[in-house]
Amino acid sequence: MTDIVIAGIGQTPVGEHWDMSLRSLAFQAIQAAIQDSGGLKPQALYVGNMLAANLSRQAHLGALLADYAGLTGIEAETVEAGGASGGAALRQGYLAVASGLVDVALVAGVEKNTDVIGPDLEAALATLTDADYESIHGLTLTAQAALIARRYMLENHVPADGLAGFPLTAHANGAGNKNAMYRKAIALDLYQKGEPVSEPLNIFDVAPNADGAAALVLTHRELLPKSFPHPVIRLAASTVASDTLALAERSDPLWFAAAQASVEQALQKAGIPREQLDLFEYYDAFSIFAALSLEAAGFAKRGKAWKLAGDGSIALTGQLPCATLGGLKARGNPGGATGVYQAVEAAAQLRGQAGANQVTGARYALIQCLGGPASIAVTHILESMA
Amino acid sequence: MEIPRHWRLKQQRYGLIGEVCPHCDTKIFPPRDICPACGQEAKTSFAFSGRGEVYSFTTIYEAPTGFDETAPYTVALVKLKEGPLVTAQLTDLGETQPEIGMPVEMVTRRLRSDGDERGMLIYGYKFRPVLR
Repeated sequence: MTDIVIAGIGQTPVGEHWDMSLRSLAFQAIQAAIQDSGGLKPQALYVGNMLAANLSRQAHLGALLADYAGLTGIEAETVEAGGASGGAALRQGYLAVASGLVDVALVAGVEKNTDVIGPDLEAALATLTDADYESIHGLTLTAQAALIARRYMLENHVPADGLAGFPLTAHANGAGNKNAMYRKAIALDLYQKGEPVSEPLNIFDVAPNADGAAALVLTHRELLPKSFPHPVIRLAASTVASDTLALAERSDPLWFAAAQASVEQALQKAGIPREQLDLFEYYDAFSIFAALSLEAAGFAKRGKAWKLAGDGSIALTGQLPCATLGGLKARGNPGGATGVYQAVEAAAQLRGQAGANQVTGARYALIQCLGGPASIAVTHILESMA
Repeated sequence: MEIPRHWRLKQQRYGLIGEVCPHCDTKIFPPRDICPACGQEAKTSFAFSGRGEVYSFTTIYEAPTGFDETAPYTVALVKLKEGPLVTAQLTDLGETQPEIGMPVEMVTRRLRSDGDERGMLIYGYKFRPVLR
């Protein structure tokens, strides 16, 4: 099989875009990605979106966005996998190009969270849990993470501020990303004073739901324009695994089995040991998710990943830089766009375009987005061909 | 109004009726017809005792629509005596601070309201500290 490459990347700043609609956000990212690719002409559009039907009263984003972007006529559809929707859209783009049926695929993730606030936003987000056995009991995504965190912290003797290293790392990195929602480092004492959200989580353990759009242009390496101006980035692996939707139905709620399976398969596909990975964009929608993702990916023993966050191992200069442009916590969590942001950011790192946050000499990047508590895990490995 | 959606779950909501696998004897809740332990067909009904202990719990302050009137409230993963975990609210706590390992038992309580004054009241299982 020929190499499938990320030819173009585009993103909007993540934040509260009261002045921009779902379609205008998506268009901005799409336009940037196509331009960045040297003007490749997409034959198909895969939209990653999680809740537009609910939050924006708008379904059918394939037709809407293809048309709005001036691409009327091309294949277009939406891909939904909860919080992993963006990664799942990238997966569909990868499959389309890999199949040989599509030469140039456009992947766009978009979410417009801020048109709805308070109980209605919580209710929309809760539709991503099991309706019959979780959300009917008032469970929310944040509470799911809190249930995991409380048990994890008890079993592993984690102190009350033991997960602080994850948001501290994210915020330190967000400071160097002009597209991040929060661009200011935070100190440990601020974390310690954080307002409780669902104990043991405080406000700094929960990534902000935000608006944003990101886009990618995928193609075969040999179809790149002769004058292609960037280092070539290849998708070395693309994998997806699933677990129970309801947290309660797992034999072990403290283990992200789907995350583990998709990383193992991805490493096998890429043909590299995990030690060769230069950075990891994990899914830190909640601090505890970052810890469990590091454990599932094999970078820490069970119950120990929180120590990596405290000792600098995941900082930009550490052994395995994580959330290198702020992660979900500081860049912001624009739902179905998040997985596409991760790919855009990892591609920027591998191209050497990450500015103040550049990870020196990065060749392999691992990115992973999760739907719910890793009910779906979508994993990609990007490789620089420079 | 979503009457059938809740009506068809009445056995689970009011009776904690799940299944038992005829092949490996695993107790299953909620019912799913395929045993998660051995992968074989499992359609035999099984009524859980409603006894268990708290596996984990948290408090929700920012609640979804339909639950915002009762916030803050406590949700838990309850480890049933027969094996499975179940998601449910803790109730009748009074002055009791919930903790992991606390013995609890099932009771039937109102889960949520439909919002308008003619809307349906949905009842189902919650768990309270075991009465001594």
